[in-house]
Amino acid sequence: MMSYIIRRFLYALPLLMAVNVLTFVLFFVVNSPDDMARMQLGQKHVTEQAIQNWKHQHGYDLPLLWNSGQAGGKCLSDTIFYQKSVNLFLFDFGISDSGRNIGTDIRQRMWPSLALALPSLAVGLLVNITLALLMVLFRNTYVELGSSVLCVMLMSVSSLFYIIGGQFVIGKLLKLVPISGYDSGLAAIKFLILPVMISVVAGIGSGARWYRTLFLEEVEKDYVRTARAKGLTETQVLFKHVLKNAMIPILTGVVVVLPLLFMGSLIMESFFSIPGLGSYTIDAINRQDFAIVRSMVFLGSVLYVAGLLLTDISYTLVDPRVRLS
Amino acid sequence: MIVLWTDALIYFLVLAAAGLAVYMSRQAQMRRPLRKITSNPVAMASLAMLLCFALIGLADSVHFKDGDSRGNEVISLLDVACTTMRKHGEKTYSAPFAVYGYAKETLTLGDGSTGWDYPRLQYGGAHLTDPETEWAGDVFDKTFGGFSRGAGLMLMVLVLAWGDQHERRRALWRSTSSKAVWATLFLVVSGCYTLFSLSAYYHVLGTDKVGEDVFYQTLKSIRTGLVIGSLTTLVMLPLAIVFGIMAGYFKGWVDDVIQFIYTTLNSIPSVLLIAASILMVQVYMANHPENFNNLLVRADMRLLFLCLILGVTSWTGLCRLLRAETLKLREMEYVLAAQALGVKPAMILFRHILPNVMHIVLISVVLDFSSLVLAEAVLSYINIGVDPTTHSWGNMINSARLEMAREPIVWWSLAAAFVFMFALVLAANLFADSVRDAFDPRRTQ
Repeated sequence: MMSYIIRRFLYALPLLMAVNVLTFVLFFVVNSPDDMARMQLGQKHVTEQAIQNWKHQHGYDLPLLWNSGQAGGKCLSDTIFYQKSVNLFLFDFGISDSGRNIGTDIRQRMWPSLALALPSLAVGLLVNITLALLMVLFRNTYVELGSSVLCVMLMSVSSLFYIIGGQFVIGKLLKLVPISGYDSGLAAIKFLILPVMISVVAGIGSGARWYRTLFLEEVEKDYVRTARAKGLTETQVLFKHVLKNAMIPILTGVVVVLPLLFMGSLIMESFFSIPGLGSYTIDAINRQDFAIVRSMVFLGSVLYVAGLLLTDISYTLVDPRVRLS
Repeated sequence: MIVLWTDALIYFLVLAAAGLAVYMSRQAQMRRPLRKITSNPVAMASLAMLLCFALIGLADSVHFKDGDSRGNEVISLLDVACTTMRKHGEKTYSAPFAVYGYAKETLTLGDGSTGWDYPRLQYGGAHLTDPETEWAGDVFDKTFGGFSRGAGLMLMVLVLAWGDQHERRRALWRSTSSKAVWATLFLVVSGCYTLFSLSAYYHVLGTDKVGEDVFYQTLKSIRTGLVIGSLTTLVMLPLAIVFGIMAGYFKGWVDDVIQFIYTTLNSIPSVLLIAASILMVQVYMANHPENFNNLLVRADMRLLFLCLILGVTSWTGLCRLLRAETLKLREMEYVLAAQALGVKPAMILFRHILPNVMHIVLISVVLDFSSLVLAEAVLSYINIGVDPTTHSWGNMINSARLEMAREPIVWWSLAAAFVFMFALVLAANLFADSVRDAFDPRRTQ
């Protein structure tokens, strides 16, 4: 087990390196630092001196990949690629283009993101599984047909409509909760109710359908027939046997997204102006702050790799037949 | 005639789809699933709906220079069909079927004095002399007239089809799915006819901030949605198919390299990858203005880039499925026999593996379509979608978000985008479900 985890970590290194190279190519080779400086300082009427100053300030005045002016190891280390990428591996994100420390920002904004994402995931899971179980319980009846049609219709509505509609009806017309905003501590709850509710409702269509197919696959199996043959009622079969066994794919599906919860939800956070990592990223995109976007890309891929690792481990925990090698 | 990049690719896609349809209908093993789809009324009705959307999208993809405008404005066939809507621009917002403007302004009254009131619209209901008394009756008359004419047209076609004496075709008309198709077509054609004939007198779905007809905007947005949904698959398919079956068939280092590539791409959050690429394209365009001097060309290039990037981020899922399926297929007897007979690997892949994974490709293409149309709206909201000058549902929603806070509420842009997007995505989802049921071997009874 331990050696497997270590091997996976070693395997993750070239992966993260590749991610780094890819983002580097995207950000620096397609657009030279000169272009970036011009973008930040405004398109026109920028003196050469101002560009040089900006590049020096942000450490972009080095060669891209190979510094032929230096000797020995400095050839590699005195370049933009080395300076900007290697520190990411140590989770030192550096300074953003607008002069703030990205690491501190991320640590601060992580919590609001989690406060929104965790309840959304938990409540969503509960609602979806309950609905899917009910759909399976009433299978081959009009209830199932109706709810399947409803699910397809819910799926076909863009999540933006859920947000705008929810904000309008609950926030503006009924005035039950504030439309948007955030507060520290427990006072944040009243700001979080609406986004959590909306993200749960928006996920019902695809979520309930997905869990339904999982349950239906289990229902066909032999052990379920045996359980029915023993004389158990349908509800007992569903809750005691089917649910337990269907939990394996459900759990592993949840585990893979767990680390990514830190990243927050881009749209939810910016609509409800919650100061999390999602809105941080959107602001960075809109301000064209490449340093932040690059850090978030790296963070996202680290978390994704961590999610994959967690999935493998959770497989062995919930299903003893699986052995890691 | 002017052919934009996306136009050319759309023509190509239409040809390819037609070719694929002909090819599939001739394959014996495809007949059963195809018959299953054609006998499903819901699937056929949604297919008819999708084809109606596709027709509007295609009409919007034939561009040419406007003959009677002084500038060299490029317009499409759809623009010609909507000339009245396009030319009937108001000053600012106006509600659907409105006769008066949205905001009060200073007016010069008949007797020379000035007053503070809602102005009459320049085009909306301009033919009415006394709107208060005539309005309701006129709207009813025009709606009923338009609908009955559209319905009459459809009824004529129906009667012609019904009069067909050919016995086999008559049997075809009697099936439930053809009834569903006719019902859908009847509703769509007469509905469209009504809306079009009404839009000569009123703004059926109101006007937006700069006074542009919202119905015209939604019609133009159809093309954007379709382009994103379909051209992305054009980018994604070659990557996914070639890499997927190569990884599965050759195993060894080829498999390792390909797995490494798609895990890397997968591990980057796709929204961020799209954002990064779009930012790059923006900077590139800003620095090379000479290549993108035309507004239309510029927006078109950005749309194409968006499809490209979406394709690059979305091929990994299909690739993984194809790899797993090929791993299974390469151990089959017929593949072993081909290997033993000395058939070259490329030939085996093309003749024996590819046709047997086509059902997976088909299912995932149809399933992806609706999610891509939805993704466009979200991306446009974060400003990393299509160009702000392109008509798209995402852009409409984006601007409508602020309009909801106005008093009185400007709801019509949002409602229009909602209805059209819902119709397209729902039809796509229903069709995708039936395609999956028909082609997935695990779901056959």
